Amino acid sequence: MAPLLFFYFGGVIVGTATLVVTLRNPIYSAISLLVTFFHVAGIFVLLNAEFIAAVQILVYAGAILVLYLFVVMLLNLKREERYHRQYLVGAFLGVVILTELALIFFRTTFRAGIGPFTPAHLQSVGNTEAVGMALFTTYLLPFEVASLILLVAMVGAIILAKRVVPR
Amino acid sequence: MVPLSYYLTLGAVLFGIGIVGVLIRKNIIIILLSIELMLNAANINFVAFSHYLQDVTGQVFVFFVMTVAAAEVAVGLAIIIALYRNRSTINVEDISLMKW
Repeated sequence: MAPLLFFYFGGVIVGTATLVVTLRNPIYSAISLLVTFFHVAGIFVLLNAEFIAAVQILVYAGAILVLYLFVVMLLNLKREERYHRQYLVGAFLGVVILTELALIFFRTTFRAGIGPFTPAHLQSVGNTEAVGMALFTTYLLPFEVASLILLVAMVGAIILAKRVVPR
Repeated sequence: MVPLSYYLTLGAVLFGIGIVGVLIRKNIIIILLSIELMLNAANINFVAFSHYLQDVTGQVFVFFVMTVAAAEVAVGLAIIIALYRNRSTINVEDISLMKW
């Protein structure tokens, strides 16, 4: 069952991601990206990361993508847009990077599971509790820095988008 | 049981699509969307390694990546709105004032 679900999720992710890049209308691109995000959340569920899957749907599909759609509709772009004239070089670079990553994967042996968080342990403790314990004990300082990043981004967004009123 | 390399391959393909999107599109909003694709590819890799190494640290890092993505979107879209207000274009070929 799991391989079948993986190939379904992976196939839809790759297909809709290609649509994001190729479709001309930005609204259609954003909707394809929404489908991509939902299927990435499905991949996270397959990997026993239910909390991250829920956060993926809430934050990416709920907040980030709505912000994108809001800006696309605010700017109201109707003009037909063609690809950048360097598209051949771009596609070539994409193939080169894919080849590099494939070489790395097939020449590396990855260590097997050694950590304490086996699927059985996660089932007994709960995925959200396990992530929360790590987040609020070992990674408390990065968590606070993340809140600082969000504060700076909020202030920066307001200042950048504010219309300067002439006196 | 799906092997780890399948997830890594999926992440690599998604990352490649994101890179090609950044390079071939002229609409700056689509370029930001492609950056989101690359961040998602990194997230898939983090969660896949987290599952196979049996360590939740990878999932904690996905949380931070999402924080940075949200901040990036807020600031990036604010820049796009300011740009559109001043230049009335979001085509990257028209915004080449600082290009050599």
